Amino acid sequence: MLLQRFMIRLLTMLITLFGVAVVVFVVIRVAPGDPIAMMLPPGATDADIDRLRALYGLDKTIVQQFFIWLSGVVRGDFGTSISLRQDVLGLVFNRLPATLELAIVALVMAVTIGGTTAVIGARERGTAVEAGIDIASGAALSIPDFLWGLVLILLFGVLVPIFDISGRVSPQLDLPFVTQFYLFESLLRLRLDLTWDLLKHMLMPAVALALPLAAIISQLLKQSLKEVLDLDYVVLARVKGFSETQVILREALKNAALPTLTLVGVQFTFLIGGTVIVERLFSYEGLGNMAIDAVINRDLPLIQGIVLVFALLFVLINLTVDMMYALLNPRLRHG
Amino acid sequence: MDENRAQGRSVSPRLWLAGGWLLLALLAAIFAPLVAPQDPLAQDLMLERLPPFWIDGAEPGYWLGTDSLGRDLLSRLIFGGRIAFIVAFAAAFAACLVGSTLGLVAGYFGGWADRIISRIVDVWMAFPPVLFAILLVAVLGTGLSSVILAIAIIDWTRFCRVIRAETMGQSRMDYVENARIAGYGRIGIMLREVLPNVVPSIVALLSLEMGIAVIVEAILSFVNLSISTDDPTWGGIIAEGRLSIHQAWWVLVFPLITLIVTVLSFSQFGEALKTRFDPVLR
Amino acid sequence: MNACLDIRDLSAVLPNGQRVLRSVSLAVQPGEVRALVGESGAGKTMIGKAVLGVLPSSVRIVEGDIRLEGEDLGRLQPKARRTLIGARTALIPQDPLTALNPSRRIGSQMTDRLVRILGWNGERADTRIRQLLDEVQIRDPDRVLKSYPHELSGGMRQRVLIAAAFAAEPRLIVADEPTTALDVTVQKQILRLIVQLQREHGTAILFVTHDLGVVAKISQKVSVLYAGKVVEEAETAALFAAPQHPYTRALMAATPRYTDPFASLKPVDDAVLAGLAAEIAAADQAWRRPHG
Repeated sequence: MLLQRFMIRLLTMLITLFGVAVVVFVVIRVAPGDPIAMMLPPGATDADIDRLRALYGLDKTIVQQFFIWLSGVVRGDFGTSISLRQDVLGLVFNRLPATLELAIVALVMAVTIGGTTAVIGARERGTAVEAGIDIASGAALSIPDFLWGLVLILLFGVLVPIFDISGRVSPQLDLPFVTQFYLFESLLRLRLDLTWDLLKHMLMPAVALALPLAAIISQLLKQSLKEVLDLDYVVLARVKGFSETQVILREALKNAALPTLTLVGVQFTFLIGGTVIVERLFSYEGLGNMAIDAVINRDLPLIQGIVLVFALLFVLINLTVDMMYALLNPRLRHG
Repeated sequence: MDENRAQGRSVSPRLWLAGGWLLLALLAAIFAPLVAPQDPLAQDLMLERLPPFWIDGAEPGYWLGTDSLGRDLLSRLIFGGRIAFIVAFAAAFAACLVGSTLGLVAGYFGGWADRIISRIVDVWMAFPPVLFAILLVAVLGTGLSSVILAIAIIDWTRFCRVIRAETMGQSRMDYVENARIAGYGRIGIMLREVLPNVVPSIVALLSLEMGIAVIVEAILSFVNLSISTDDPTWGGIIAEGRLSIHQAWWVLVFPLITLIVTVLSFSQFGEALKTRFDPVLR
Repeated sequence: MNACLDIRDLSAVLPNGQRVLRSVSLAVQPGEVRALVGESGAGKTMIGKAVLGVLPSSVRIVEGDIRLEGEDLGRLQPKARRTLIGARTALIPQDPLTALNPSRRIGSQMTDRLVRILGWNGERADTRIRQLLDEVQIRDPDRVLKSYPHELSGGMRQRVLIAAAFAAEPRLIVADEPTTALDVTVQKQILRLIVQLQREHGTAILFVTHDLGVVAKISQKVSVLYAGKVVEEAETAALFAAPQHPYTRALMAATPRYTDPFASLKPVDDAVLAGLAAEIAAADQAWRRPHG
């Protein structure tokens, strides 16, 4: 049952990825403007252009180009970046960890803030505390990450300059890292000085990304907690002598979290999508920042590679959430 | 009953505040040449980085100060509103038309239509929207119509997903069944029985989408991919402000406040309209 | 000796000022089974919830007190009150479908009070629970303890809930229409189990029901409720032999008899209801005067 569900999801996932590949390919090929002409110095001959065109496979038909590219992708060959003259996959893997770290820190923040405020709001239901939480989450939700980023830059970069507002790490620092997961590696190596420096750069972009998601989690979880708190088994737990906080944490939270979980999955993909502009805003050297450069430079292979990696990330997250939902729901697990 | 009436009461001030701001901003944008105190494009290096009116060194007539080229910030914000509102209305209506139609069809007819439309939505949801927008504008070329088209191409799925779900719920209702038994055609039922019930959601989404379109336009301007660089846009002003943040904070603060208030107004206005139009809540 | 449960002049109101309990007084002796009968909305469930401290937040107690073995619940701090109620009472809920947490195994739901509130070690709690499962005639405790609620039938779940209620040897159990949600055939078995366990453990039960047939089978004394007011209180046998209050008589006339299922049923008489309404209105008038 679980395996069957997994296989079906896996299949739809592959279809989705194929769809993404087709759309990206088509969108880019209809683009006016010749990327080859842009790469060459003025005064290049037509023969030079043709040679380069052949080198990048741009002299074949669109369908041929697509399948040549796709068969490369399946083998892990995403082509060569036109602007950076490097292997696309290598470039992507070099930048992806920075984006993943940012997204994960933001997710942890969002779950912590959203979960805590939801539990407090549910415990204090009907009071001014709940009303305050509602107003705060309403505002956090209505203002998108781009604007939160700007607000944070003004507040903690200019007004009270306690955080860094650009880059991933202070450039003068000597980095001993072997992977690109600077934050995680600094923790493993117990180089807490570096962890702190990384966090000082990461905190504001992460908060900007986390706030809207935290608000959604808070609203949804509080709503389903309040629904669950009226059910008989929760009343029974109160009769047993458990305090209201215990009742929420032990009896209500798990059941209330299930409907929230599915939504968090979709919203987490939105959060990752948000890294594109937030990284730009904070000059954070991640995948999104590179993507915008790639678009501005009309670097087709690099754009294709990055978009496909983002898409892969999105469908993997949805698959994970779907599987987690099935595992956590006893009815599905046994049914 | 009492609860609903209480809700109805609390809706009004929000509706008036949000609607009031939007109307004010819209009128200012329409009559920009009459309202703006200065020419938004006029550069004057003698007047660069003037602070807003309450700070020493401000010049009369430059209420919110000037940017690093000596251009009047208030006038630029007012003219920037023109682009923002054109994009908001055009892109939101286009996205709504495409998304709601497909959502209605998928939700009401189900079967193959639903399967194909849902698959396309899945593919669309696998794109990071901001990157998609930047990519589309880069491909379509900068300009007002490209920006509008790009936003519509990306955001129709918002309408499609919500309207599809609501339509599916509606199709199971008894009155739809009754209409079918009474012999009405499928499209007739869809338009007569189902559509009116999803209109409140469409209206709310439309207003919300206008706010999102304003943001996306600002983001595109911010990465210098929106319309031609001469015309002032809110995102463009923000990009300038981000660069001169330590010398002239007001160049970032005022467009940011404008953008936040506008976006909040669009979403609140949408919520309030939904409550007002909803036949059940009303 | 203290009564097990002693409710005096208990009044509760909704936010709009409407009274849901009207000066209810009620004393249940240790080991007694007291039935609380009335139509839906008569406030019988409200009394149970008030005793257990789980009234909906909209309902406010404005007068009177509830004593559990002499302890005045209203005078205790919330935390001490929770602990006291948790240690001395238990609830057999109405709907076994919703009274068990769908995401937790039966075993942990049965033992959590013993372990987390009363501080027993896990082994002792497990032994105790198995003993109780045996008493409610569950023969495969291993399977049941490992199950999730949706894997058990309604009757099994209600047995589990009964076993859990008796496990900590409470002095008072509130049984809130424990058989209403069950099949008729299962109803009888469950009722028999409750009576049997009640006798063995000597627990007092406040049995909330709308079913006079059930009342006759299990209780020693009956309190009849109408509109949040106790209109009659009597020994069960005496009540059935000679109901005093017109409402009680009307209620009995409206109840089918197993001995004579085809006897015509009379709905509660309009004249009786009109009289009751006048009585209630007069009582409210008198109550409002000193309370404003």
